[in-house]
Amino acid sequence: MKPQEIHTHSLDNGLTVVLEPMPDVQSAAFSLLVPSGSVFDPPGKSGTGAILCDLLTRGAGERDSQQLSFDLDNLGVQRHESIGTNHLTLTGATLADNVSQALSIYADIVRRPHLPADQFDAALAGAVQALRSAEDDPRHKIMPELSRRCYRAPWGLPSDGTLDELPTLKADGVRTQYDRCFRPNGAIFGVAGNIDPDTVLAQIQEAFGDWQAKDEPTFDIGERGPVVDHITYDSTQTHIGIAYEAVPYRDPDYYAAWAAVGVLSGGMSSRLFTEVREKRGLCYSISASLSTLKDEARVLCYVGTEKPDETLDVTLREMVRIGEGIEQNELDRCKARAKSSLIMQQESTLARSSSIARDWFHLGRVTTLAEVGDRINALTVESVLDYVHSHPAGNFTVMTIGPEAVEVPVEFS
Amino acid sequence: MNFHETRLDNGLQIVAELNPAVHSVAVGYFVRTGSRDETTEVSGVSHFLEHMAFKGNETYSADDVNRIFDDIGARYNASTSEEVTLYYAAVLPEYFAQTFEMLSVLIQPSLRQDDFDIEKKVILEEIGMYADQPTFTAYEEIMRSHFKGHPLGRCILGSTDSINDLTAEQMREYHRAHYRGGNIVLAVAGNIAWDDVLALAETHCGGWPAGQSDRPTEEAQPPGGVQVITREASLQQYVMQMGSAPPATDDRRLAAELLSVIVGDDSGSRMYWELVDPGHAEAAEVGYNEYDGSGVYLTFLGGDPETTTANLERIAAIYDSVNREGVTEAELEQARNKVASRIVLRSERPMGRLSSLGGNWVYRQEYRSVSDDLTTLKSIGRKEIAALLETYPLGEQTTVAVGPLTSLA
Repeated sequence: MKPQEIHTHSLDNGLTVVLEPMPDVQSAAFSLLVPSGSVFDPPGKSGTGAILCDLLTRGAGERDSQQLSFDLDNLGVQRHESIGTNHLTLTGATLADNVSQALSIYADIVRRPHLPADQFDAALAGAVQALRSAEDDPRHKIMPELSRRCYRAPWGLPSDGTLDELPTLKADGVRTQYDRCFRPNGAIFGVAGNIDPDTVLAQIQEAFGDWQAKDEPTFDIGERGPVVDHITYDSTQTHIGIAYEAVPYRDPDYYAAWAAVGVLSGGMSSRLFTEVREKRGLCYSISASLSTLKDEARVLCYVGTEKPDETLDVTLREMVRIGEGIEQNELDRCKARAKSSLIMQQESTLARSSSIARDWFHLGRVTTLAEVGDRINALTVESVLDYVHSHPAGNFTVMTIGPEAVEVPVEFS
Repeated sequence: MNFHETRLDNGLQIVAELNPAVHSVAVGYFVRTGSRDETTEVSGVSHFLEHMAFKGNETYSADDVNRIFDDIGARYNASTSEEVTLYYAAVLPEYFAQTFEMLSVLIQPSLRQDDFDIEKKVILEEIGMYADQPTFTAYEEIMRSHFKGHPLGRCILGSTDSINDLTAEQMREYHRAHYRGGNIVLAVAGNIAWDDVLALAETHCGGWPAGQSDRPTEEAQPPGGVQVITREASLQQYVMQMGSAPPATDDRRLAAELLSVIVGDDSGSRMYWELVDPGHAEAAEVGYNEYDGSGVYLTFLGGDPETTTANLERIAAIYDSVNREGVTEAELEQARNKVASRIVLRSERPMGRLSSLGGNWVYRQEYRSVSDDLTTLKSIGRKEIAALLETYPLGEQTTVAVGPLTSLA
């Protein structure tokens, strides 16, 4: 693996710039994390950040909505704006030659958005319709419902809002949210690709250096939903979501936790795929992965099936069975997958820009691909099992959507 | 970037675009068979067979296949369309030989009865999963009705009944007829040597049966019509429409691609500004799908049921205006820039190049480098769009709606 060059710089206002030059590619990508996620939505007003996210690109600086979109398209920027629990994230990827012009437009979007009040109704209508579509597709609905039940509010609340609360939002509230939350302190700007780091840093400094820091807004911590829950829906399959506790990205045991989930669900030779799908034909789709917030984490599993009782039983049994032992070759396969995925990440500027920004958020530094590789190579069957024994799969949150409620077997409840 | 091609004695074609500057290599078998090559009795067999490929041969069991691919950290999978069954993997160059061997195992599987019986349950679960997705139901129905009486109207997954009735022997027979050298293109993109590709191909594919299966490719003559599938519990209305567009071998296909970006891309297009940006619809898009001998413009509208009629009128007005007046130079320039950036970004990964490389060869026996694509893109102007619209105007012949509405009137 070629050594990576990573440059980090913190501006006086608290914005951190993380840069990774990648000389072998033609493109460059950026990922800007603004600490204005849905946890800051006012109580009873979930979805405020989501509407803000939509309105941000409806005109900024000198450009109205159409001009902004037109200019970014002409620069070839493939862009995406999204709201998560902690951040409102803006990403873009384009040819490296165009990235400087793109960044100056993003300075307008972040610092000088018009947030036009007359387009609030349109943004709201779009958000409500997206949620109504999700209601029609239980496979999309199950994981947000699971999050509400395995994480406390506000972390578990849906970032996209709810059908109850969205209609109560007002244009003023979204403007207030911007004024209260949008700030450089805690924001992270990751840029990766065929860039000159000094030039990019100077440009970001120029465009964002005089952005004024603000006090971090506060929020109240609430409850989580019921541990076992069901929504009755007239579907062919029953959609099952399962969660249990794990350790977050910053924890020294994170990679052991990652490997334990890998044994369970990394690749088609993993235990869940083999036992639930290949041997028994109980499902088409099954997967489990680590979901990490800054201070807590869960293993989240999805499976859709027409035989929910047996599927839930076999799945939970496999989750618990990890504690009985792991084969050396199962761990070796996790390592092989990690190796190829780390190396292939170097072929994607968007993946790298997101990864370095995310690292900074969780760790306050960037782990190089070589370092991640070393941490994973250092794992042993014993170290992964030690983790599993100190964090056994149990206290499951089980959420189902389908024709009938599913009984969680007594031994797992 | 180096392009190579050759053909084995059994008719299997090999194409490769090799690039020592990337970190990985992607390899795929593009088998020219899919639902359009099936008969009613075996509806869904191409897709079911794609699943069975992973059950291995006399040397490797199903567990072995999954385990070995995971041992080498491969990103691998398969897909089945109306026309092509694709088996692919992306790996680090050091594992290329093993990957090649395992992918080759997939092409000549044993198709054992006990594996078949278990996998049938998985296929039925997959059918159940898609049945719960209204957009998939709409897609399946519009293909069936737009291509009524034409092989493209056959459903990829098959039905619960056709899958239940299918036998392993019928699958073996289908496999024998279609998995022959002349139906297969092996494509390789990324960091590997051509000599290695050739040697591995001789070893693993040289013994495969020769021959090619017939595929009638006359252009579809859609009967047209409107179909409303009422789902009372649905909150939103989903509408798909299809109209004829150039087939895969028609030079106007690139103009059709660009036109769909101008008119119906998911952002910055005419439909976006008229329907999505103002909040009239959740989604309003048009795409261009190319097939062997036929092509379609596929329109999708998702939104509140009560707005459906007005939104369909908005879309019809856009199509009407484009058909009459064409597009503007500014719109063309914007679309060219968008598409050029997509082409270049996608090409940075060997996996991104593989689909373009294999697809161009399967459909057109043609190699197109990234710079070929960019040059062609620049050459498409208002004149080319006008020529396209002359023969293939935007519009719909077939409509399928899924949702609470009982009619679209």
